Amino acid sequence: MIVALIFVLVAVGSVVFHLLSPWWWTPIASNWTYIDATITMTFWITGGVFVAVVLFLAYCVFRFRAVPGGRATYEPENKRLEVWLTVATALGVAAMLAPGLFVWSRYISVPAHATEIEVVGQQWRWSYRLPGPDGRLGAVETRLIGPDNPLGLVPGDAAGQDDIIIEAEDLHLPIGRPVKVLLRSIDVLHDFYVPEFRAKMDMVPGSVTYFWFTPTRTGTFDVLCAELCGSGHSMMRSRVMVQTAADYQAWLEGQRSFAQLANRK
Amino acid sequence: MSELAHGADGPIPAAEVPEMELPHPHGWWTTYVFSQDAKVIGIQYSLTALAIGMVALVLSWLMRLQLGFPGTFSFIDPQAYYQFITMHGMIMVVYLLTALFLGGFGNYLIPLMLGARDMVFPFVNMLSYWIYLLAVLVLVASFFVPGGPTGAGWTLYPPQAILTGTPGRDWGIVLMLVSLCLFIAGFTMGGLNYVVTVLQARTRGMTLMRMPLTIWGILTATVMALLAFPALFVGAVMLLLDRVLGTSFFMPTLVEMGQQLRYGGGSPILFQHLFWFFGHPEVYIVALPAFGIVSDLISTHARRNIFGYRMMVWAIVVIGALSFVVWAHHMYVSGMHPWFGFFFATTTLIIAIPTAIKVYNWLLTLWHGNIHLNVPMLFALGFIVTFVNGGLTGLFLGNVVVDVPLSDTMFVVAHFHMVMGVAPVMVIFGGMYHWYPKVTGRMLDSAMGKVHFWVTFLGAYAIFFPMHYLGLLGVPRRYYEIGETSFVPASAHDLNAFISVVALVVGAAQMLFLFNLIWSLWHGKDAGPNPWRATTLEWQTPETPPGHGNWGRELPVVYRWAYDYAVPGVEQDFVPQNQPLPPRAQVAKGDATP
Ligand code: HEM
Ligand SMILES: [Cu+2]
Ligand SMILES: [Cu+2]
Repeated sequence: MIVALIFVLVAVGSVVFHLLSPWWWTPIASNWTYIDATITMTFWITGGVFVAVVLFLAYCVFRFRAVPGGRATYEPENKRLEVWLTVATALGVAAMLAPGLFVWSRYISVPAHATEIEVVGQQWRWSYRLPGPDGRLGAVETRLIGPDNPLGLVPGDAAGQDDIIIEAEDLHLPIGRPVKVLLRSIDVLHDFYVPEFRAKMDMVPGSVTYFWFTPTRTGTFDVLCAELCGSGHSMMRSRVMVQTAADYQAWLEGQRSFAQLANRK
Repeated sequence: MSELAHGADGPIPAAEVPEMELPHPHGWWTTYVFSQDAKVIGIQYSLTALAIGMVALVLSWLMRLQLGFPGTFSFIDPQAYYQFITMHGMIMVVYLLTALFLGGFGNYLIPLMLGARDMVFPFVNMLSYWIYLLAVLVLVASFFVPGGPTGAGWTLYPPQAILTGTPGRDWGIVLMLVSLCLFIAGFTMGGLNYVVTVLQARTRGMTLMRMPLTIWGILTATVMALLAFPALFVGAVMLLLDRVLGTSFFMPTLVEMGQQLRYGGGSPILFQHLFWFFGHPEVYIVALPAFGIVSDLISTHARRNIFGYRMMVWAIVVIGALSFVVWAHHMYVSGMHPWFGFFFATTTLIIAIPTAIKVYNWLLTLWHGNIHLNVPMLFALGFIVTFVNGGLTGLFLGNVVVDVPLSDTMFVVAHFHMVMGVAPVMVIFGGMYHWYPKVTGRMLDSAMGKVHFWVTFLGAYAIFFPMHYLGLLGVPRRYYEIGETSFVPASAHDLNAFISVVALVVGAAQMLFLFNLIWSLWHGKDAGPNPWRATTLEWQTPETPPGHGNWGRELPVVYRWAYDYAVPGVEQDFVPQNQPLPPRAQVAKGDATP
């Protein structure tokens, strides 16, 4: 019967689409392969359930369609069946939740030796700050932001003097070293989003948020904003270059620190 | 046979429901315009919601034109695009779906299905509609003020919503917030009414556990709305104060376009908590009435008792309760404390269990049924497919760490359109084809109905299923254009164009539905009182459409649950709720109709 057939086609078509789709996530460039693995597993479990449900629906539509003189079976409840289905569902859900929570606990525990870097969002551009030789980022305050102090560093803080300030240019990162990305916004919500890294987090004015990852592949990756931030939202772009340690070092030499920038004025 | 079936013939309480004083209309205005009759109010709500829904539909075409063919339509600049998104989202969720399910179906069906003459507070009920209409008008007005409507996204997140980088910052956002406050005030009046009516005005014999699931869905959703909307209300008021008086509830120290603003000390995240404390239950405020209605459609058109009625009721109530402790799954990447992730992922995935039970029970109702593929049944089947699809992708987004790469991408857009866009809309259509005969006395044309169903169902699936893959690819949502990137292949642009074309076709199919609604008023087949041979009380009224006061001289008395289809030993394949006992048994026991 046609209706049942169409529902079968919807189920089968979805699976075929999934298998043949040229649209799939971009190759990963960070340590978060766990996340991809959890997604893949979730796809299998939920895909199986979806196909089973739709095929069963199609079967019912076909097998129990109204025929002259036909009559339904009267069966208000069936405790055993209901309990059985509930337990099976609970197990399926637990099978997805457990790995999910496990990976989340990784996601939120930053390795002690991760390098802290800072990403600053504002309408509609990205700036970056790297710790200088002292390995520490200096203090900042939003109300100090002005034409000659675009990121609002506290001038008296010694830790901030050697901080490298990168404005309107690409961020560079060395491969294989974990980074803790501190996220700050000076106006509205933004979200530092590099599809290849999988990790992301909103940037909230008034507080500092973070995530961590380890770049695992050299290359140049697009930075996008993933939280609506006004009419320039989709134009708020930048790039990250992941480089070998030597290339990174060479690039770093050419960058200027907060103190150097301040003196030039 | 199970306990339930025995309960079906249980004793009828002796206490009479006191007769209700009905306000009697004098003349045309009070009968059709300022009416206090819940049926008229229900129709007014439905028509208003459909009208404003059309605006949202047209906005979705404009967005799809931009996404499918970027740069082709010069009048869609980024500002306009974000205004379209915002108005489309807000109208669809609040002014269309919430208003139509609770104000429309709720008003029409609650008194009729429960054997009441009307809502208990008819005047307040009328007021509720007029305030809703006012809210809609204020919202529409924002299209015509300087700067246009707000473009802050339907989530209205501050600080962005009230700063100059966002379109509609001058008037649009103010009107939006005022309109929401009005809507909530109006809804609260209607909502209290629905709850008191369900609890107090049921006819004799209509115990809670004999109520049709439609009523359970609407009742639970209304209670939830009464608890959830206040969070939005305070959020909206505080945001309005931040915008108009310069307070800083949600505004930290910030620098806008190089300028230090006078705000300081507020918390943007607080608004998100308030918004989603409302926003997540809102999803279920839309879903639960849909669950209830679709249960009744499936049972009626499969000619079979709903399977596991008690589980269904409990699932509705449990989902309603749990949905108040999952809100922050919308905020996994908001920067809230990361430990919340564990809690909210767990509660979110737990909700999947009662939800899955509902799906099983719909399927098990079809199983061993006698399925009539009438138009309402087709829409019910379409609902199951799209709801299951969207529910399952919810397991991705609810599972905190999986949400990290997918949040704020087109995957999310695809997910919520499936689960709370397409699925409830399927139920709305199914419900309209189902109850139109009662409302007008005529059937909707079923040939047009079938075309409408197949184009809408297959089209919507073709729009939103592939869209998940754009999200996997990494295409963010709320993007005016994706532009040049290294990770989006050219083929994705073809997919976008395809989606846009299908969206236009699906939109056109809705015009057919509107045409059917009007055409059938005059040309539809005569329906008679009970064209679907249904058991619930609204089909047993002495007149069709039901007259003022619904029941003529005497209220009906209820003897059984709402799902006595194909009862063994009874020849007819359904037994209305107000029929004392199956004819044969009645003779045996000598029971008389009161
Ligand atoms: C054929 C019908 C529909 C089409 C083609 C459509 C299309 C769209 C598009 C293109 C967007 C913008 C996506 C983005 O880039 O973020 C959107 C957003 C949205 N839509 Fe729909 N939509 C439809 C029906 C619905 C329905 C029935 C609902 C009801 C729940 C709905 C609710 C929303 C919401 C809440 C948003 C988000 C707005 C925001 O991001 O602020 N849509 N829709
Ligand atoms: Cu943005
Ligand atoms: Cu939610």
